[in-house]
Amino acid sequence: MSRYTSATDADRRAMLDAIGVGSVDDLFAEIPESVRLGRPLDLPAGMAEQDVHEHLSELAARNVDCDAETSFLGAGMYDHYVPALVDSILSRSEFLTPYTPYQPEISQGGLQVMFEYQTAISELTGLPVSNASVYEGPSAVAAAAYLAKLETRRGGLVVSRGVHPHARETLATHAAGYGMTVSEAGLDAAGATDVDALAALVDDDTAAVFVAQPNFLGTVEELGALGEAAKRTGALFVVAADPIPLGILEPPGALGADVCVGEGQTLGNRLDFGGPSFGFFAAAERFIRKLPGRIAGETRDVDGKRGFVLTLQTREQHIRREKATHNICTAQALNALAGTIYLSWLGRRGLVELGELLLRRTHYAREAVGLEAINPGPVVREFAVRVPDLDAALARARAAGINPGYRLGRDYPEYGDGLLVALTERRTRADIDRLAAVLGGVREGAPA
Amino acid sequence: MAETYPEDLKYHPEHDWARIEGDVATFGVTWYAQDALGEVVFYDPPAVGSTVAKDAAYAEVESVKAVSDVFAPLSGEIVEVNEALADAPERINDDPYGDGWLVKVRLSDPAELDALLDVAAYRDLLT
Amino acid sequence: MSVDPRAGRETETIYEKSVAGRRAFVAPECDVPEVPVEELLPDWARRGEPAALPEVSEPEIVRHFNGLSKRNFDLDTGFYPLGSCTMKHNPKLHERVAALPGHARLHPLQDAELAQGALELMFNLQSALGEIAGLPHVSLQPSAGSHGELAGLLVTRAYHEDRGERRTKVLTPDTAHGTNPATVTMAGYEVVKVGTAPDGGVDLDDLRAKADDDVACLMLTNPNTLGLFDSNIEEIAAIVHGVGATLYYDGANLNAVMGISRPGDMGFDIVHFNLHKSFTQPHGGGGPGAGPIAVSERIEPFLPRPQVVRIPSENGHGPRYNLDHDRPKSIGKLRGFQGNFGVFVRSYAYIRSLGAEGLREASETAVLNANYLRALLAAPEIAEHLPIAFDRTCMHEFVLSGRGARDRLGIKTLDIAKRMLDHGVHPPTVYFPLLVDEALMIEPTETETKETLDEFAQIVAAILAEAAEDPEIARNAPYTTPVRRLDEAAAAKHPVVRQPAATDS
Repeated sequence: MSRYTSATDADRRAMLDAIGVGSVDDLFAEIPESVRLGRPLDLPAGMAEQDVHEHLSELAARNVDCDAETSFLGAGMYDHYVPALVDSILSRSEFLTPYTPYQPEISQGGLQVMFEYQTAISELTGLPVSNASVYEGPSAVAAAAYLAKLETRRGGLVVSRGVHPHARETLATHAAGYGMTVSEAGLDAAGATDVDALAALVDDDTAAVFVAQPNFLGTVEELGALGEAAKRTGALFVVAADPIPLGILEPPGALGADVCVGEGQTLGNRLDFGGPSFGFFAAAERFIRKLPGRIAGETRDVDGKRGFVLTLQTREQHIRREKATHNICTAQALNALAGTIYLSWLGRRGLVELGELLLRRTHYAREAVGLEAINPGPVVREFAVRVPDLDAALARARAAGINPGYRLGRDYPEYGDGLLVALTERRTRADIDRLAAVLGGVREGAPA
Repeated sequence: MAETYPEDLKYHPEHDWARIEGDVATFGVTWYAQDALGEVVFYDPPAVGSTVAKDAAYAEVESVKAVSDVFAPLSGEIVEVNEALADAPERINDDPYGDGWLVKVRLSDPAELDALLDVAAYRDLLT
Repeated sequence: MSVDPRAGRETETIYEKSVAGRRAFVAPECDVPEVPVEELLPDWARRGEPAALPEVSEPEIVRHFNGLSKRNFDLDTGFYPLGSCTMKHNPKLHERVAALPGHARLHPLQDAELAQGALELMFNLQSALGEIAGLPHVSLQPSAGSHGELAGLLVTRAYHEDRGERRTKVLTPDTAHGTNPATVTMAGYEVVKVGTAPDGGVDLDDLRAKADDDVACLMLTNPNTLGLFDSNIEEIAAIVHGVGATLYYDGANLNAVMGISRPGDMGFDIVHFNLHKSFTQPHGGGGPGAGPIAVSERIEPFLPRPQVVRIPSENGHGPRYNLDHDRPKSIGKLRGFQGNFGVFVRSYAYIRSLGAEGLREASETAVLNANYLRALLAAPEIAEHLPIAFDRTCMHEFVLSGRGARDRLGIKTLDIAKRMLDHGVHPPTVYFPLLVDEALMIEPTETETKETLDEFAQIVAAILAEAAEDPEIARNAPYTTPVRRLDEAAAAKHPVVRQPAATDS
């Protein structure tokens, strides 16, 4: 069934003759009999292309995707519109099928995309150097902790409870390997990081302090004050940011962030049930030789012609090996390309317009649902409310074809009745009003 | 520049040299080391005031595709680093025994000198 | 003087094509009250100056990126024998099924009840990978091979700690891919290198000398980075298990042995897969990939969470699938959500297309193609310049040394690689593994035809014959590519890693 091969019996014969063996089996003679499988793999038989298509279509049809309901579900990934030109350009085999650009002379397209991507990320974050992408958001947070370890040689990490729960858990997983300990600073009564609690956790052994902008609840954090608290003993201040609101929010780099990382899905990538997307990683100039992963740089060829190469490679695993700044090799180049195209499509003014639309819809929606806000201050893209009889509300919403958001109690027991509602440009005022009606109906104690 | 190994230097088998002037020595890498490494693009000097121990790595030099530890031929305290290499690390290639020097060290144990190679012994090592 | 009127034209970035006032995006109507931004965001939060993104119309964006694409070489255009990377054909069906809205537009936090198709797909993929590895328990979560390696060492750490042991060292062969030692450090262990025997396998005496109670794990790939199957694998496993350590399989080279020999049966405890190598995820110019791990029974409790689980049929209902977060000994999450699902769709489609027989045939053909190309390149006029590093039957790849070409022709492996670019093929992996002088590591994969391999051998012969006449041609190659050799030293000395910010003028 291996229809992607082309060796005919005659080819095989000629090739075996050239090798000087009698059969394909002879090529495997060095594998001891005792470690051979000796039976076919226990897998379903191969199928024709149309049957595989049919099978996967059936599986896909059993998922309720964002076309099949009105979804206010966010919590880290968001249903933004992906323009058609992203699909069109990403489908080009010249972007889809090459390996990492090890031969720059025939990889100028991909390398220049990385350079343009790094520029866009640098602009968004307000930090001068960006790498060419890491896996995704939460592991980018863990990568920042490794940079902090290499830079400061300290063992403590302080993370705000406003950082995405997956990022906090991912940080803890990695910290076990780094030999670092993680402590958590809670949120205040308004759903923002408690700056005093955070300051109290920072000491001489703190390598880095992590906050999110906006935080997991959608709260716009006061980065300036948090950064001051974070940095007074020399720890790095790391901000995990959502890139779209950065169009209207003061960039972390301008507010003291040493490193800004984040999840890039919102930039032209599909939801894909959680991946692949990309993580971004930007930093202050002095960390340029400590960044993880690939970095593209500009140079000239022997004829003086402009070109791009992977640069500062001595940081990386294939050269520095056990002393590398990270073990990452394959990253998310194609997804970062989607991000680059998307940001070019939005453009200088579009990113601001989109951010302002999100800002207005978020505040409109919070008011429209009319429930007690967990984070009553400035919010963008997302907000959290307390919903009396949450189970009934969720059931009512479902019945109305609405996915009303993320149940906060899954990660925050203190918000057991909390609902996190996300907005994108795809959720219209009419959608918001329907959501408000179904949640409001519960508030008035209507029967489910 | 052509392959040379000055007579007046003391050599360490890891391809480092020392020029002794009283109780201070200048360290650098040999012609062989810079040639093996290729064009040097980055040198990260240690801090003035820090101490180095004989046979231990005290800095790194980088080419595009390699990183090489630089080993201290002798022990002591760093009193000066070659700041000019930050902008022009290629001096390590162009003039490894002159403008390409790396650090100056106030020696803590002059007896260590006896363990270093003279030029003949170092040349023997290379062949 | 050039006859090409475009010869001197330089590439421009999208930022350089930007003209104030142009745009592609038209915002949807603001259907909620247009409250002034200042009323919604305090001063301290508001951005002063917009991010300097380009201002370009849609047609210009399309031309820009299409133009860039033409400055890339790709697998769909030509032969790509990049050793250790398994550049096999990327079936087109996979892009279509991955783009189905039920996959592409499914939110990762959708209720399990409403994502049964996705969870079943993941469960089926876990089962298939477990069967291929010979290790029953699979986590799909790691994002790439190196992330899988880190997962493997973190579960190893958790396993030892659960038994009250603190071990400090991890063994890696001196031929290992750089990700192995880098991972060891990130996982908090010290790297100890194990030597290579004259036949290219692990030096057993050296392994015995270094394996002690402080060793947590040996990371190995089999076939190894030289493309050789280490037939001492059972002895190696016995030595490693004898000191209580785990044996880790780097799946970079799994494409040689699918359906023929399983890492679990060789004695490995942990395996990572590169779905972007053996299982056809397009490499995308540097990702995305995925690096699932499969483990033995004793390691299972420590796998990342959540795990996809199947709840057997009952009361006439079919089986159901769920995400199990309640795994108290788990190392925790390695990333957000469940992993690179879009990659899982493609790899699952591949496994269902080929089935057991097809996977075995893929590996057999990969090994046949590699040995055939090895035989072609053993022709005396090639082998005198590019001798094989270890003259044995290879698996899916093999390594040549360019020392002959360097010493006799005065051209380096790099020059040969660059001259290949003018012939329209991607060069092999060069200068790896490190223990082979002037190495060229060649992996043709199963999806190439005999004619392609014949042509490649002719290209190699032609480059060497040309160099015997005039080595300067190779030394200055390439000539026909969008740019020629680039000054990497200048790029590293004075890094320019973003478009300079526009200055007021």
